[in-house]
Amino acid sequence: MEGTELGWWGVLIAVIGGAIRVSTPYLFVSLGETLTEKSGRVNLGLEGVLVMGAMSGYATAVLTGQPWLGVLVAGCAGALLSLVHALVCSLPRVNDIAVGIALFIFGTGLAFFLGKPFINPSAPRLPDLDLGWWSDSPHIQSALQISPLFLFGFALALFLAWALKNTRWGLVLRTVGDSSEAAQALGYNITLVRIAGTVAGGFLAGVGGSYLSLYFPGTWNEGLSSGQGLMAVALVIFARWDPVRCFYASLLFGGATALGPALQSAGVTANYYLYGAAPYFLTLAVLIYSASPRKALEGAPGEVSISR
Amino acid sequence: MNSVEAVAINAAAFVITLALFGIYVATLGHNPLDVYYVLWLGSFARQISIESTLTNAAPLMLTALCTAIPARAGLLVIGGEGALVVGGVATVLAGMLVAGAPFLVGVTFMSLAGALAGGLWIAFAGALRQYRGVNETISTLLLNYIAIAVMYHLITGPMRDWERVLKTSSWSIPDALRVGALPVIDVHWGLAAGIVVCLILYVVMRRTTFGFGVDVLGGNPRAAQMAGLPINRMVLICCFMGGAAAGLAGAFEVTAVHGFASESLVVGFGYAGILVAFLSRQNPAAIIFLAIILGGVAASGGLLQRRFDLPDATTQVLQGLLFMIVLASNAAYGRLNVFQPAAWRTA
Repeated sequence: MEGTELGWWGVLIAVIGGAIRVSTPYLFVSLGETLTEKSGRVNLGLEGVLVMGAMSGYATAVLTGQPWLGVLVAGCAGALLSLVHALVCSLPRVNDIAVGIALFIFGTGLAFFLGKPFINPSAPRLPDLDLGWWSDSPHIQSALQISPLFLFGFALALFLAWALKNTRWGLVLRTVGDSSEAAQALGYNITLVRIAGTVAGGFLAGVGGSYLSLYFPGTWNEGLSSGQGLMAVALVIFARWDPVRCFYASLLFGGATALGPALQSAGVTANYYLYGAAPYFLTLAVLIYSASPRKALEGAPGEVSISR
Repeated sequence: MNSVEAVAINAAAFVITLALFGIYVATLGHNPLDVYYVLWLGSFARQISIESTLTNAAPLMLTALCTAIPARAGLLVIGGEGALVVGGVATVLAGMLVAGAPFLVGVTFMSLAGALAGGLWIAFAGALRQYRGVNETISTLLLNYIAIAVMYHLITGPMRDWERVLKTSSWSIPDALRVGALPVIDVHWGLAAGIVVCLILYVVMRRTTFGFGVDVLGGNPRAAQMAGLPINRMVLICCFMGGAAAGLAGAFEVTAVHGFASESLVVGFGYAGILVAFLSRQNPAAIIFLAIILGGVAASGGLLQRRFDLPDATTQVLQGLLFMIVLASNAAYGRLNVFQPAAWRTA
């Protein structure tokens, strides 16, 4: 209702606030997928991992009353589920993209299956940081209520960008992902590095899931995630496998996701489902724009099948 | 391809899945044998359960083709859910156009409209891959979400039937154009259509020059290019055929089951179809049998949930588990000595 007084400014502020609020799961999943793809595998099942993380984080918070413990458990659940992907893909002649689809179906199914008793009880939410204290406007104040997880994700993006370039394990990960022959010649255990990359990616995606259930929207139900995990995988291609660009791209996608609800609160209720589909259209448009029919993409790990 | 080996490995995958599921329900305090008995009871034990199994199998055959046909050309398409929804919506629109037409003309027109819509939907993803290099797995999955959102937009606004209060849905197609049941058994004509389409595509993929060319392309794209095969055209045709099959599934869901487009079209036939396609190892004839088996799992899901008080997601967990094990079983092909020709015979 209040959005109508501010008109289109209200929509803009709501979109920016929404971008910050909605982008965190995209950010964590895309950072996780970047790690996995840098090791030379694609985990298309992070949508299932995200939902599983949301469920286990929420369940932990309900049972123990500790939301931060929920975040940790969500990460571990995500890592465990991704370990399944990692181990199955380590078998010969198994297609990693197909396993990702199976994990997508299995993970979401398992989360709904195990999470059914937790739909009704309410869990303690993660705390806010108020960064809007300098403004009198309640709109700006509510737009700048930020979760510590968002800042943590931002710091993580910077750290990963640095670590992939400047540390030993970053170099090993990239070597395995770019040329398994070279890595083999140097004596690295390719399978082990890829398992580590996939499990670490799953941990981050699980943490992203706990943000959904413990902060925003802050509930657990079967409609909680609508493809954010999948879109984050596409977003990694758009971000050219660069953690910092993943951060910018996540904000863009968060803004697109926030558009529908922002317009609705400003009184524009027509075409609600079409605005709701904005992130999917944006993802597809971005893929069409950033893909190339001829050459491999700049920054793409050489062993990743999704960019060839 | 050694088909005895494929049957044996698939059977083993089923057994392992059921064993794992049995262990899980045992931890919940149920007797696994009771659970298996209920699975049998709900899928194949009685005429009514067989009818329910076959009613579920009909759309699965067609959505499985949506993954299987492009897969033969080397594409991993998972857009069956979206193509089914788009096909269903197109069928309703076509039904509005031909209200009053003779039965056969009207139904043929509606089915073709559904197939055309689904075919173009997946061919679009094929074109994006061939001409822009967009990964078809991701684009078809996104197109699923887009198709569902567009359908919800249409059935809550422009195409909404305001007379139906209890359920949000589109207009209904004319009653005179509703498709009935097959003779003898109470299963709609979509089953016959599914079997016929699977057999036709089996012949096309296995017994024609086009099918041979597609197998060359799927096996080795560079060889296909060297041989001068029209790769882009073949990929687009494969995507169109697969999408048309899924669109036809949507058409029959509308003409034979629901009579209108609604959320009832979005029940996971597309995703279960991917599993059927992988189980069949992309063979259209094998799809017929595997769709019936998976249709049985879907049919007994409701009974299983009620009898043992399990959540709705039980069927999805079973499907996901089976999918994972089937993919892992790929590693077993060519490893089992029983199925290899003896050395003295090949020499």
